[in-house]
Amino acid sequence: MSEPLLSVRALSVAFRQGDKDILAVDKVSFDIRKGETLALVGESGSGKSVTALSVMKLLPYPQAYHPSGQILFKGRDVLPLSEAKMRDVRGCDISIIFQEPQTSLNPLHVIEKQIAESLALHRGISGPAARKRVIELLDQVGIPDPESRLGSYPHQLSGGQRQRVMIALALANEPDLLIADEPTTALDVTVQAQILKLLKDLQGRLGMAMLFITHDLKIVRKVADQVCVMTQGKIVEHGPVERVFTQATHPYTQQLLAAEPKKEPAPIKPDAPIVLQTDNLKVWFPIRRGVLRKTVGHIKAVDGVSIELRKGETLGVVGESGSGKTTLGLAILRLISSDGPVVFMGNQLQGLKFKSMRPFRRNMQIVFQDPYGSLSPRMSVSDIIEEGLWVHHPTMPQAEREQRVISALVDVGLEPATRFRYPHEFSGGQRQRIAVARAIVLEPTFVVLDEPTSALDMLIQCQIVALLCKLRREHDLTYMFISHDLKVVSALASRLVVMRHGKVVEEGPAADVFAAPKNDYTRALFAAAFDLETAAEGVVAE
Amino acid sequence: MDARILDQEPEAPMITPAGTILAPARGPFALSPINRRRWENFKRNRRGYVSLWIFIALFIISMFAEFIANDKPLYVHVAGKSFFPIFFTYPDTAFGDKDDPNLLGTAADFRDDPYLKELIAKEGGWMIWPPIRFHYDTHVSKPPSPFPSKPTWLLNEQDCKYAAENGFAKCDEVEANWLGTDDQGRDVVARLIYGFRISVLFGLILTIISSIIGVAAGAVQGYFGGWVDLLFQRFIEIWTSIPELYLLLIIASVLVPGFFVLLGILLLFSWVRLVGLVRAEFLRARNFEYIMAARALGVSNAVIMFRHMLPNAMVATMTFLPFILSSSVMTLTALDFLGFGLPPGSPSLGEMLSQGKSNIQAPWLGLSGFFTVAIMLSLLIFIGEGIRDAFDPRKTRW
Repeated sequence: MSEPLLSVRALSVAFRQGDKDILAVDKVSFDIRKGETLALVGESGSGKSVTALSVMKLLPYPQAYHPSGQILFKGRDVLPLSEAKMRDVRGCDISIIFQEPQTSLNPLHVIEKQIAESLALHRGISGPAARKRVIELLDQVGIPDPESRLGSYPHQLSGGQRQRVMIALALANEPDLLIADEPTTALDVTVQAQILKLLKDLQGRLGMAMLFITHDLKIVRKVADQVCVMTQGKIVEHGPVERVFTQATHPYTQQLLAAEPKKEPAPIKPDAPIVLQTDNLKVWFPIRRGVLRKTVGHIKAVDGVSIELRKGETLGVVGESGSGKTTLGLAILRLISSDGPVVFMGNQLQGLKFKSMRPFRRNMQIVFQDPYGSLSPRMSVSDIIEEGLWVHHPTMPQAEREQRVISALVDVGLEPATRFRYPHEFSGGQRQRIAVARAIVLEPTFVVLDEPTSALDMLIQCQIVALLCKLRREHDLTYMFISHDLKVVSALASRLVVMRHGKVVEEGPAADVFAAPKNDYTRALFAAAFDLETAAEGVVAE
Repeated sequence: MDARILDQEPEAPMITPAGTILAPARGPFALSPINRRRWENFKRNRRGYVSLWIFIALFIISMFAEFIANDKPLYVHVAGKSFFPIFFTYPDTAFGDKDDPNLLGTAADFRDDPYLKELIAKEGGWMIWPPIRFHYDTHVSKPPSPFPSKPTWLLNEQDCKYAAENGFAKCDEVEANWLGTDDQGRDVVARLIYGFRISVLFGLILTIISSIIGVAAGAVQGYFGGWVDLLFQRFIEIWTSIPELYLLLIIASVLVPGFFVLLGILLLFSWVRLVGLVRAEFLRARNFEYIMAARALGVSNAVIMFRHMLPNAMVATMTFLPFILSSSVMTLTALDFLGFGLPPGSPSLGEMLSQGKSNIQAPWLGLSGFFTVAIMLSLLIFIGEGIRDAFDPRKTRW
């Protein structure tokens, strides 16, 4: 066995916060050999990113400190290194890719400059030599026609391309160790598959080691050799991927592996009354140019979508970001203006004013994606849930209102005594439950669920899916479930609509579509989502 | 964070045998749990909390300035009859014979009329005086030196000798002026008390009215955006480019600048200060998902603005309020200092400072004015900081 490239021994990380210290990482140890990929898996807050950042010494010292441990890189402990010496290691021997390609590139510099800067710093290459190397790197990471891209600003690239540029930047000095901190979490599934493939290829070609941080076990299985499962700052399970996946010993790992949203799709009811119907629904945003703001074209966010939803059914709407699925949901609820008839329980909603819409709103509700953004931070939970009752039942006595709030909280599995707290005191999953309670307290018929699980950890996702199933059963709800997460959709939906560029590319009963997708794009989407496979050239956009 | 929720249970609910959970009973005047927590947060900021009490104490005291510094007694008891000169004006004939040639039938002067005092003493009457026997416009009749005269406790042998030689009041017959007199022979303490009151009242009224207007204008602009915002913004740009001071000078030459005229004029310009801030907060907030969620519930625009967006814009507003309050106070002081403020003779801190400037040899004027203004503004800002932090739901510790 060769000497490990990186050896982390009994590393602890603590943060000073006010008068008490919080231990974020508790004596973790692992080794990475040359050419090997080690995955750190865990939920948010498990300390995986903090561990990775301490390898680069990028934590906010001195609030953060290491009560114990060593990080040996090529046999040398990096923890006691000075900031100046550390700079030589960073970006040269060890480099890192972050999660969010939007913000990890400087928006004010062209990509050539950003990559060349790293070359100039560590290798002293500049001028034509640097340019040649940048082109080579961009070519390596699969940016088509790299020469013409040199002068592009980050905003001119798509999310996937930006992440490719980030990878090029990380690889510029041929590092021995690449730390990838959730590199695909912010990307669409089809792009995610491409990026994973690229990383795997590059690793094979350059022979570097990779520390891969993720919360997604599917990705671990795909890319990693070794896996460490972290929870609450500790590594609870460590071993080769095959062994961990087949014979997990720690209960937490078993729990994670078993965490699959329970499949309980709504039944298809061809005879039930139609709750919602749209015909050729369009949401076009005008593009205006010139002094007179003349409309020169349209961004077709939703372009001629016709759907039909019967009582008790769940319509899954899937598609990548920018496919118009959220816009469709908002248009149906008349929260943005659209063209084309929307018929809700026999009533034409198109053209209704905000005021005349109000009686219908009691029956149509929405739960948003971000549980942190969808609750007013300055209202107590009770006020948040109660609000709809004030609007729709202005004469309801206080006691009854309170009772309704309490029963809504009980319905979503929250302790009613917590209703005077502010949202920020709750975890993401609990907040999402509050958002659901706000929607169901009015006893609606139809609820739009706009990516309600995307911002949550896997285990919490399963709980929320189970909750939604339970509520559907108990209150006979009709859902429109918008998501890019096909696994969750398959657990809930009775019918499926696949959207792309504002148009429906495929629709039908969910079971049929999942079993035998007819459209090429749908097939590519499913392959990327379920097997992390890239599609044939030309089917999905970069 | 979750662990913290578990280990502290603030509102313990009562669980009835039937299992229904009722909110703890609340009296009509009790604070809601949220406001109670805000109050707890505010109390935890010691500096703000102490400042609040000091300020409240000072404010209440100054509200009763007539009972503390006045040239009339609170109560006079003569020949079995009670008089309240502080509330009513009595002719001096009320205390003696109507035909007494020494009594003119004019308002009784209990302070400086020796004959009246003698009359009352002769009847066996007695009076209760406020602790400071000067009104803000009372002129000191027996000064130890030319005005402005020193605080009495600073008088030394040399001063007494000077007073005796130059025909001023002797040291033992001088009335106590704790902080001396100003250049017109009025007691500095009395003027400070009245000046503090008028400054704080002016500042509070100006701040409250201009905040209401400013927040409303900013809210409308930010919430509706588009043309409303565009037109309003241009209007404000033009409006703020009008030079305030010149306008004030012009108006002052037409109208007599009293309390309410000044308030009105300053209000014309001070409401603009909050608009940009509130507008920005509303522009930011209107795209939040919880605003969308409220609209999905069918909540009306006005309610969304009030219940959802305003509380979030309030922290920014609160951060600004103490500064607006103190700058309102400062504006009045500055105008008085320049001589364009309250009418001559009014008790005003600005006038005190201006006297301090022109009478460098009498440092008690400038120093008294300076410390009053400085302490008042500091207290207001400490309180403002405390309020601001108490409204921040994320702030849990100091």
